[in-house]
Amino acid sequence: MINQWVSHLGRAVRVWLSELGLASRTLFAMLISGLGLWRRPRLITTQIHFIGNYSLVIILVSGLFVGFVLAYQGYYTLNRYGSESALGLLVALSLARELGPVITALLFAGRAGTSLTAEIGLMKAGEQLAAMEMMAVNPLQRVLAPRFIAGLIAMPILATLFTAMGILGGYLVGVQLIGVDEGSFWSQMQGGVDLYEDIGNGVIKSVVFGFAATFIAIYQGYQAQPTPEGVSRATTRTVVLSSLMVLWLDFVLTALMFQ
Amino acid sequence: MQNKSLDFWVGLFVLLGAAALLFLALRVGNMSSISTGDTYVVTAKFDNIGGLKPRAPVKSAGVVVGRIGAITFDDKTFQASVSMDMDSHYKFPKDSSAKILTSGLLGEQYVGLEPGGDVNLLASGDKIKMTQSAIVLENLISQFLFSKAADGKEGSK
Repeated sequence: MINQWVSHLGRAVRVWLSELGLASRTLFAMLISGLGLWRRPRLITTQIHFIGNYSLVIILVSGLFVGFVLAYQGYYTLNRYGSESALGLLVALSLARELGPVITALLFAGRAGTSLTAEIGLMKAGEQLAAMEMMAVNPLQRVLAPRFIAGLIAMPILATLFTAMGILGGYLVGVQLIGVDEGSFWSQMQGGVDLYEDIGNGVIKSVVFGFAATFIAIYQGYQAQPTPEGVSRATTRTVVLSSLMVLWLDFVLTALMFQ
Repeated sequence: MQNKSLDFWVGLFVLLGAAALLFLALRVGNMSSISTGDTYVVTAKFDNIGGLKPRAPVKSAGVVVGRIGAITFDDKTFQASVSMDMDSHYKFPKDSSAKILTSGLLGEQYVGLEPGGDVNLLASGDKIKMTQSAIVLENLISQFLFSKAADGKEGSK
């Protein structure tokens, strides 16, 4: 009995390690093949359009509403200690350091990640990837790398937009609706938010999240079972894995950056 | 979708992102106080710098006139050597004094510059001679307790 459990455990670890190895090898092969893409920037810009532009609506509206809620909750708590004038600082710091990159990454994984996985999975199911290899076209270079680079470019842009919209939303609710002093809203924010420590670190985080979420989405699509069920399972795994990875990376990066 | 209109939308997307970053940098962050103008370097030695950090403000009369550059330890005089990047618009006399103060009760520490009366002005590379270190809470408490004990002894005589 124990023998069986131990050998099951051993097999599970071995399988997990080999999957990790395969993922790393795919990542390196994709990155190296992506270097040759400077000759065809159109591929990348098409993908930026699909990944970035089509996510704009959800990112901007979510940013606005998160800003609204932050302003309300922040005001409610700060009011108890007489510090409502620090509302701008609270909203800006929360968004720039944490909420901007993380929520954008989660929404990105849900919206762009699933569409990437489904697209590549369906390509695999329709044997398009195999056909490409037959024609001596590297599918890693033609299909995967442009999407990866596009995700890497789009994520920081989306995160910055989310943060900016959130601050605007915080301003609308805090100053216009609740009545916090406009001058202290902006001046405390400008005094307390550092360009490199807060905004810069937020941008670095969003790049790392973009790397993780995009690669997980692409890889799951690439490795999906070429059946409708397989594609659907791959999509689910993308969302779950990306979200967990983003939150885990957020913890690690925050511990590294904000000591 | 036609390639031309696609390029336009992607360009607009990237432009929007750059505009958001610019908004954050200028309106939200403290970039406007990062001096982009000319500065001259002045050094000062302190016995204890407390919690002073690089890029902390140097203020005179409450107005930011410079930023702390680098903080190093001088192992010949066993003092902290602080170099300050002063805004070239503001010139100070050679006998100005530097104190390490705290903004508010628990805020960050900054260097307060008090002008002296010398006719000659500080130039780049000069040293500020008169300095006052940061107030360390433990030293203050032990001073207080020691003086209390001394009073108690005298009182019982």
